[in-house]
Amino acid sequence: MATAETSGRQATAAPTASGSAPAIELRGISKAFGPVQANKDISLAVKRGTIHGIIGENGAGKSTLMSILYGFYKADEGEILVGGQPTPIHDSQAAIRAGIGMVFQHFKLVHNFTVLENIVLGAEDGALLGPSLSKARKLLKSLAEEYELNVDPDQTIENLSVGHQQRVEILKALYRQADILILDEPTGVLTPAEADHLFRILANLKREGKTIILITHKLREIMEITDTVSVMRRGQMTATVKTSETSPEQLAELMVGRKVLLRVEKKPATPGKTVLEVENLKVVDRFGVERLKGVSLNVKAGEIVGIAGVAGNGQSELLEVLGGFTAATGHLRMNGRELDVSGRHSDGQTRRHDGISHVPEDRQHLGLIMDFAAWENVAFGYHNDPAYQRNGFLMDNAALVRETAAKMQRFDVRPPDPKLAAKNFSGGNQQKLVLAREIERNPDLLLIGQPTRGVDIGAIEFIHQQIVRLRDAGKAILLVSVELDEIMSLADRIAVMFDGRIMGERLPEETDERELGLLMAGMKGKAA
Amino acid sequence: MSFDTIVSILDSTIRLGTPLLLACLAGLFSERSGIFDIGLEGKMLVAAFFSAAVAYVTGNAWLGLLAGIASSMVFAFIHGLASITFRGNQLISGVAINMLASGITVLIGQHWFHLGGITPALSGGARFQDVALPFAQALKGVPYLGLVYDQLISGHSVLVYVGFLCVPATWWVLFKTRFGLRLRAVGENPAAVDTAGVSVVALRYSAIAIAGILCGIAGTYLSCSLAAGFGREMTAGRGYIALAALIFAKWRPWYALGATMLFGLLDAVSNRYQTIDIGMLHIPNQFMSAVPFILTVVILAGFVGKAIPPRAGGEPYVKER
Amino acid sequence: MDRLPTWADAILVPVLSIVIAFAISAIVILGIGENPINAMGIMISGGLGSTYGWGYTLYYATNFMFTGLAVAVAFHATLFNIGGDGQAQLGGLGVAMAALYIPWPNWWLALFGASAAAALFGAAWAAIPAWLQAKRGSHIVITTIMFNFIGSALLNYLLVNVFRPVGSMDPATANFPKATTLPNLSSILGLVGIPFSNQTPANVTFLIALLACLLVWLLIWHTRFGFALRAFGKSEPAARYAGISPVKITMYAMLISGALAGLMSINNVMGESGRLVLNSSEGAGFIGIAVALMGRSHPLGILLASILFGFLYQGGAELAMWTTIPPQLILVIQALVILFTGALDNMVRMPVEAVFHRLGKRRG
Repeated sequence: MATAETSGRQATAAPTASGSAPAIELRGISKAFGPVQANKDISLAVKRGTIHGIIGENGAGKSTLMSILYGFYKADEGEILVGGQPTPIHDSQAAIRAGIGMVFQHFKLVHNFTVLENIVLGAEDGALLGPSLSKARKLLKSLAEEYELNVDPDQTIENLSVGHQQRVEILKALYRQADILILDEPTGVLTPAEADHLFRILANLKREGKTIILITHKLREIMEITDTVSVMRRGQMTATVKTSETSPEQLAELMVGRKVLLRVEKKPATPGKTVLEVENLKVVDRFGVERLKGVSLNVKAGEIVGIAGVAGNGQSELLEVLGGFTAATGHLRMNGRELDVSGRHSDGQTRRHDGISHVPEDRQHLGLIMDFAAWENVAFGYHNDPAYQRNGFLMDNAALVRETAAKMQRFDVRPPDPKLAAKNFSGGNQQKLVLAREIERNPDLLLIGQPTRGVDIGAIEFIHQQIVRLRDAGKAILLVSVELDEIMSLADRIAVMFDGRIMGERLPEETDERELGLLMAGMKGKAA
Repeated sequence: MSFDTIVSILDSTIRLGTPLLLACLAGLFSERSGIFDIGLEGKMLVAAFFSAAVAYVTGNAWLGLLAGIASSMVFAFIHGLASITFRGNQLISGVAINMLASGITVLIGQHWFHLGGITPALSGGARFQDVALPFAQALKGVPYLGLVYDQLISGHSVLVYVGFLCVPATWWVLFKTRFGLRLRAVGENPAAVDTAGVSVVALRYSAIAIAGILCGIAGTYLSCSLAAGFGREMTAGRGYIALAALIFAKWRPWYALGATMLFGLLDAVSNRYQTIDIGMLHIPNQFMSAVPFILTVVILAGFVGKAIPPRAGGEPYVKER
Repeated sequence: MDRLPTWADAILVPVLSIVIAFAISAIVILGIGENPINAMGIMISGGLGSTYGWGYTLYYATNFMFTGLAVAVAFHATLFNIGGDGQAQLGGLGVAMAALYIPWPNWWLALFGASAAAALFGAAWAAIPAWLQAKRGSHIVITTIMFNFIGSALLNYLLVNVFRPVGSMDPATANFPKATTLPNLSSILGLVGIPFSNQTPANVTFLIALLACLLVWLLIWHTRFGFALRAFGKSEPAARYAGISPVKITMYAMLISGALAGLMSINNVMGESGRLVLNSSEGAGFIGIAVALMGRSHPLGILLASILFGFLYQGGAELAMWTTIPPQLILVIQALVILFTGALDNMVRMPVEAVFHRLGKRRG
């Protein structure tokens, strides 16, 4: 996938010799949110005409740093220099004036405006719209040819693919004559082909002397396209190195701080009878896009089936259908019994009755009610359970509080206060709360999505142990994760999803990350 | 039904439709910027009171208009404070504004004029006089067209013409200017406007200010032109009908003209006839007065063309991390 | 920003908001040339200084408890029911039809039947906006506003053309039969030996309103339905994950809300006027919004806020009698309460949070 062009061109060769000052330089930037130190004494210089990567785990402080660069936050300390000049950036306007353009992870486009209108918005030449629009149209044409940035100027945004929408964001920045372009996790929402195209665009931009800062947590992208790379960990910049002089292994180590072997202690699985059977599952979303294109899959008692894949390839929809809150067509059998997938005779409640528990991917929006107390969250989804009622129609709140206290003890939730609202717990403890609720229902099948996203290292280990323990108790587990390491270390069988389909199944001991990566990119077989 | 009758019904359609039109355009600016405005009624009501009060005291309708606009803008500013600056619930703020208007107008009215909350009757220069367009008199004799020109087109208060001119003006501002582009954008996706370096707060305040001005004109028209003085609760739900018209018009200026004139026509017809008999059918005039609301519910239900409000409407803008 | 302690959130902030609302009201009274302290004195003696005053205060409070609870139940599902006034008027129609067309043997059976009719009619008037919200996504605020107007046009038609007795000029129904007259508060309190003015409209409905507060409290915090209602109100996606049906919750929440608003009319239509008149609710549906906001959607808060507003209404009426201040003063106070406890909540909350933040820092 790597183009000879980008790997051949190294940071040592500065294309434009217009002064030796870095395109952008940060000196001693610090930023705290209350007690949380998001950025701590960060210094960084990016040379003109290069692609600089910033890599780090979720929560390492990358986005905060970029928000400071774009004027969304004011740094508590430190200064920013653009082209060698100290440049205070207190709002987006100042950033734009300094020649900084930003492509956000979530695009900032007006969905029912045309491409032209979106590009011109905020950068109009005068009070009247006409001249700006025709100027933009001309410029767009030349930019399209120069950088492979072609989009139909009169199309409305909602009718464009995600890849094209991203091009509009880049065009917006270029229209504002940005010299420095920041891209925040740009490939998270792209197909591999779209990502390749993006990289070609970035290479073209670099050739024209633009400076690019690429924020990502994907090592592969860093190795493929950047000239230099900085690693962030816990708000600090731990290293800045030339890409040609480093390796993915070294970067990974720098990111995490110590060599972590995500190996979970577990015995070989002893799969029993088939618990879950899925056949030809299809989901069409409300925009008419087919999100699941015929998924078939089974999970046996006492095994963990891991679903690997880039986010947005249908994993979420699969979990939602199995969890009972997205309608589908096809077949779903639990222990041989046919369950409804149309949504007409099933919902989250019937699924729970049928022995399916679900730890959802997004615990803050689905798994928990953040304003509810811990005890209410432990009842959540099971509030109709007769065990939680007394006198026929009243809920037994006192008993629930007691039960929650016991569960919090067993799952080591801190602080162990059943009356504390969910929003006051840390991410790891919130996840433990959800796990306590779902695992202690003793389900036949546990659906679990992104079990350790945003969870601290200590809690990860505990959560993994709980999943394995449930497997060893003879339960079926369907695990969805975008972290390949997690899948590799937990799953007894791996299915890879791409574009709404299962691309293939592998046993972890018979495959490697390279092969899985190819499947995740939609390429079948061991070729290439 | 004679031609004369039709012309005279259409004439009162224009008179009754104009305040709806102005208020509807006010709502259009506000809601296009992402601020729900159910306080149109209250803003019109304060404007109706203060314009009549000042017009009475000074004997000058134009000074009345200024006072009407100013008072309506004060209320608009309160709404802005609640819904933009303090990110409160825009609907609750609207309810409060309507209540405040119906209370304060009577309170001050009683204090100033001791007439139980109404103003003394306006006359002469304290009221907007009907404007005769050129040649109205001369063309009167021309069959049909003369009558239409003289009765229907000519002979309205200047505020009526202002209202009608506001329609193309609104269209032009909204779709042909930088301000309009930004205004429409901020109602759909304020984050896009913010990251483009444009102030969301300033845009929304300007939209609300425009809404204040238009409601001010609408209220002034009610008390200083359509009627001769202020009466308690004289807006009588017109702000809500304008809101209904706005939905009916799908937040577009030319459609707003159509919707408000339709509702004006319904009002004109039910004023003129106690019941309408179409063959066997007797339509009571209470039904006529409910028609705008029924039509709006039908439109909202999406059975006849879906009304999609601006996407960011009703939600205060908070910068995300 | 640090979170406020529960007591500050539930008591300090609302109390501050109300103090501000009343301070501004005092300025308004000053502005129209009256003495606010004097005015307050008249209001207190008129509203609370006698059992006569208390009778009116509690009569009004009864109305507001029902409409306040109606708004609160919908609020818990994040539905804003502005249609309480229309639902109350339709409830009045139910009461009138039950009282006029069914020959009740005694008052308590009549009360039972009329309550059922009031709740049913009120719920029915909320049902269409609820269904449109649940199934078609039509904004419930707008549809309930529209239904207020449609409802008052409907009642106008019915009272003028259908229910008006022959020969009467008044757009109102005939007087209800004697058997449907509800016992007033004075005769009830007389049973336990408390002397109370019998010149006021306060009646047995007050006790029903208290019961309604208790039942709503149980419903929201101690039943499965209440649990699902609050969960849905906090997060719709999470509710769907848990198998809580948004359609069902929206429908039930609005039906209960409409029924509560409708129930108000046993107080004013059956308990007070003994016939149905035009605009019988007199805006009580909107006061319910103020009451629910001020009471933080909690039945106990609503009970207290209702009594405060009942006092304001009675006191305001006395004020109009003894001074030149028109009763519309209450509308102003009401609007300010809604503004400060509802829309401008953050204006009060942010400084309070800042103070707590600073205090917390000093201690830490």
